[in-house]
Amino acid sequence: MSAVLIVARGVFKDSIRDRVPYNLLFFAVILMAASFLLAQLTAGQDVKIIKDLGLAAASLMGVLIAVFIGIGLVAKEVERRSIYSLLSKPITRSQFILGKYLGLVLTLVANLAVMAIAYYAVLAYLDWQTPANIKLGWEAAAIDPMLLKAFALIAVELMLVTALALFFSTFSSTFLSAALTIAIYVIGHFSEDLRMLESFGASPAVAMIGRGLYYAFPNLAPLNVTAAVVHGQAVTAQHMLLASGSIGLYVAVLLVASTLIFERRDFK
Amino acid sequence: MGTQSRSRRALHWIAFVVLLVGAIGTQTVINGAFERFTPTQEVQWVRSPEVMRRLVLGFNSVAADIYWIRAVQYYGATKLSKAEDKDYNFLFPLLDITTTLDPRFNIAYRFGAILLSEGYPNGPGRPQDAIALLEKGIRESPNKWEYFLDAGFVEYWWHDDPKAAADWFLRGSKLSTAPNWLQPLAASVLAEGGDHLAARVLWTQLAQTAEQEWMRRTARTRLQQIDAQAVIDQLQPIVNSFYDKANRFPTGWDEMTRAGFVRGIPLDPTGVAYTLDPVSGAVDVAKDSTLYPLRRGL
Repeated sequence: MSAVLIVARGVFKDSIRDRVPYNLLFFAVILMAASFLLAQLTAGQDVKIIKDLGLAAASLMGVLIAVFIGIGLVAKEVERRSIYSLLSKPITRSQFILGKYLGLVLTLVANLAVMAIAYYAVLAYLDWQTPANIKLGWEAAAIDPMLLKAFALIAVELMLVTALALFFSTFSSTFLSAALTIAIYVIGHFSEDLRMLESFGASPAVAMIGRGLYYAFPNLAPLNVTAAVVHGQAVTAQHMLLASGSIGLYVAVLLVASTLIFERRDFK
Repeated sequence: MGTQSRSRRALHWIAFVVLLVGAIGTQTVINGAFERFTPTQEVQWVRSPEVMRRLVLGFNSVAADIYWIRAVQYYGATKLSKAEDKDYNFLFPLLDITTTLDPRFNIAYRFGAILLSEGYPNGPGRPQDAIALLEKGIRESPNKWEYFLDAGFVEYWWHDDPKAAADWFLRGSKLSTAPNWLQPLAASVLAEGGDHLAARVLWTQLAQTAEQEWMRRTARTRLQQIDAQAVIDQLQPIVNSFYDKANRFPTGWDEMTRAGFVRGIPLDPTGVAYTLDPVSGAVDVAKDSTLYPLRRGL
């Protein structure tokens, strides 16, 4: 287990060295600039839009980091030939894969936590700035703990994207890995349509393939609860557990598959 | 070596500044040269709300916000434009996409309905689109009594149909979330028909209960329009009596004042003088008043 943690710590330190935290500054600037600009443009919808924008930016930046660092986790070691010295140490290949995965997930979760703090700080500022009679028109409070549920499910989505990027990087080039990861991410958002192909006029055979793909690929739609939390609608614990559990199983499958492929690779 | 390095760095900085200034200058020249080719009409690349919902890959809420901002900006820019034939054709499609991307976007339904029904040239004058938007909101959130209230408003105010309005209010009043004044409002609308009193009750109710400041402001403007129309209803017979006496209409309020028909130039609730047409004798609010135009048959 300690070997896994050592590898994870290495990935975390690398990401700091690669200036990944710079995106946090970008995130904070986007939110603050938006909060001042939007108040003039949105006919009283600034708090809703800041909430939406913050969650979208956190998700998008997280996905970009997960893809572009995830695809290099294994490939970089192979390219630099540091994989030889790593594998000569008392560490198994499965520990190596798991360590790499945990390291990037740790980076992403830390990122997301800082973004959440900046997000709440901007919302607290808006709350403080807004007169009480205007607040009466808000569907949900500015500083609403429910928003953390959206952050939690974004973290789950990022765990899946990281697992995908890592999986593809164990057997293909970085470019192909990025393309495939993004493709699965896109398909994940079309899952419902895959299941309902018949209603779009597809033939029974195509509809059956669509249904097969629906079950084979992870469905990312349940992880998107932004609209619900922003409008003050309830997101049940059951929904959170089911959505996270389903994605958790896909992550486990991808990590096992990554290990299997990586163990078969010949680095001699 | 040190001096050489310093002068090279200085050269790089000079090159950086010169090139940047050049790039900005070129852009300015391009803007001037091609300004006449910039599209003057709004373009909507994706018209299907369902296609847009798929294209945004789960970023529905933020995409709905972007479309909402576009709708508000589009309405504002068109309303303020000096064009002879104002074109509000994209307003409904923009609101339709907004509410498909975020079906619970309450304000897009309510504000959107007001914008859509606003009479030309201040709006597209399409109350039927406003009703369609509110019906879509009701399908998404059947317990929102506010949508029934708004639909009733549109029927009463823009379609002059108190019966249809009362029907909306009654349907809304049956919801468990509805306020207790909604059912009496239906009765009042039916009893008063097209009378000012019912309109005043409706707008007063909205001015007091609307969640958003702009809705309260709209309601206050409507109340001022009702007041203005009530004053016009009093002024018109006075102008007609001038005609009966002089066999012509007065040249303006000054003549009416000198002849003792009015005490001074009458002002609408925003402080702008009413207009008096010397040919037809018609009294109206001035075009530069924020109350213009008054709804016909108010």
